[in-house]
Amino acid sequence: MTRIFLSLSVLLVLTGCSSSQTWGWYVVNPMTASGWVNIKFLISGMGDTILISLIAATISILLGLLVALPGLSDKRGWRIVNRVYVELVRSIPLLPMLFWVFYGLPLIFRSMGLDIPIDPFWGAIITLALSDSAFTAEIYRAGIQSIAKGQAEAAQTVGLNYAQTMRYVILPQAIRRILPPLANQFIYIVKMSAFASVIGMQELTRRANELVVTEYRPLEIYTLLILEYLVLVLIISAGVRWLERRMGSDER
Amino acid sequence: MSDTAIELVSVNKWYDKFHVLKDINLTVKSGEKVVICGPSGSGKSTVVRCINKLEPHQQGVIRVNGIELGNDPKPVAEIQGDVGMVFQQFNLFPHLSVLDNLTLGPMKARGLSKAQAEEKARHYLARVRIPDQADKRPGQLSGGQQQRVAIARSLCMEPKILLFDEPTSALDPEMISEVLDVMVSLAEDGMTMVVVTHEMGFARKVADNMVFMDAGEIVETGTPEHFFTNPQSERCKTFLSQILQH
Ligand SMILES: Nc1ncnc2c1ncn2[C@@H]1O[C@H](COP(=O)(O)OP(=O)(O)OP(=O)(O)O)[C@@H](O)[C@H]1O
Ligand SMILES: [Mg+2]
Repeated sequence: MTRIFLSLSVLLVLTGCSSSQTWGWYVVNPMTASGWVNIKFLISGMGDTILISLIAATISILLGLLVALPGLSDKRGWRIVNRVYVELVRSIPLLPMLFWVFYGLPLIFRSMGLDIPIDPFWGAIITLALSDSAFTAEIYRAGIQSIAKGQAEAAQTVGLNYAQTMRYVILPQAIRRILPPLANQFIYIVKMSAFASVIGMQELTRRANELVVTEYRPLEIYTLLILEYLVLVLIISAGVRWLERRMGSDER
Repeated sequence: MSDTAIELVSVNKWYDKFHVLKDINLTVKSGEKVVICGPSGSGKSTVVRCINKLEPHQQGVIRVNGIELGNDPKPVAEIQGDVGMVFQQFNLFPHLSVLDNLTLGPMKARGLSKAQAEEKARHYLARVRIPDQADKRPGQLSGGQQQRVAIARSLCMEPKILLFDEPTSALDPEMISEVLDVMVSLAEDGMTMVVVTHEMGFARKVADNMVFMDAGEIVETGTPEHFFTNPQSERCKTFLSQILQH
């Protein structure tokens, strides 16, 4: 339903205005040679956008679990570690965090005698993964807490240790509550990956910026850019819905 | 020494300011059956949960099979396999088949092979009289069957002690006896058992010792004979008259 509405409104804008002076679609007209070159240039950022997002999401999924576990401890000290991390990371806007990681982190490494350069690619990935991990940690925590305490107790009484209890008893049950929102977080990462353009990553947004500079047609080019993200996000949310249906139908 | 399975000496426990266990002293010999009863909130579950370290205690000594339960987590894993626990709410693993519920502990904690663990599991499923439900999920069984699976799951760890916390309280009346029958037969085989229950028929039949708790204290202990015919304290008399009415 929302998808139909969205496509309709996009169509309306495009056709309704195309006759006026505002729009100059020639710049990305696939029928002309130069338009086609421009389109290919814009789309060439897709690979990096997807790659950055995928790697960042993978790191965030692992890091989030690592951050969530102390939040589930009986020990106050561990819970505080979790809260400080989540609240701190969640409250930092992405752009400052990106600058801090890209320009600041290498200096910290250097002061420790390490020579680890951070290129735009890894700078973007580290930032996205860090920022997202606060949210994935909360998703894990909620999912694990939704499993009754008796499950962990029963696991203990048949001799399982903490790691075994998580692996064989708690996580397999929590996963149906965790996976759909985790997949949703992936949309967040894809959208936020646009900030990587600021540090010179040649992804979708950067390509669009570069083309705007040479072609002076921001309206058409940024419209196309938005459509590119729209397509990506629609594909992911279709995947999320598929996942939700599968998780749901698996219910006892 | 090896004769004593469980020993609680002057155990005290608090939830924040709330004094939930007050100077609990209790000895359970190997092979002995102890039934704990008392009004709701008196601390019965807490005693049982302290014995297998699901809850920490703050004062006093608890020894299980000669090992003292302290703050050191090391002996705990050892104890938790050796002390089986049957919960009121069964606490079976709903995402695993009955068979996998039974083999998980023996395989992961005891290092048995899958074949060994499954053989053991089938043996104990037969023991609790549900040999043919191994491949079902717990959710597909009746409450009585689920509780018997839970008992079989504990037995698969070959525990030296079995703890029961109101094992029949969540069951429909017609299923209570099938679970009690299994418990009686375990008792006859010489298992050391601590049972929190209000099933006084069961208590009369198997208990070597009765323990009556109220407000975090052990108010009275004695043989069932003495306990049912000649209780000393007023609180115990009142409790028994209420519970034996029906
Ligand atoms: N985690 C907890 N935090 C705070 N108080 C608790 C906690 N668990 C139990 N209590 C309190 O401790 C007291 C004893 O609880 P316990 O579960 O041992 O009672 P019980 O004798 O088993 O009662 P019942 O027959 O209702 O199961 C109760 O007053 C209960 O409210
Ligand atoms: Mg209780």
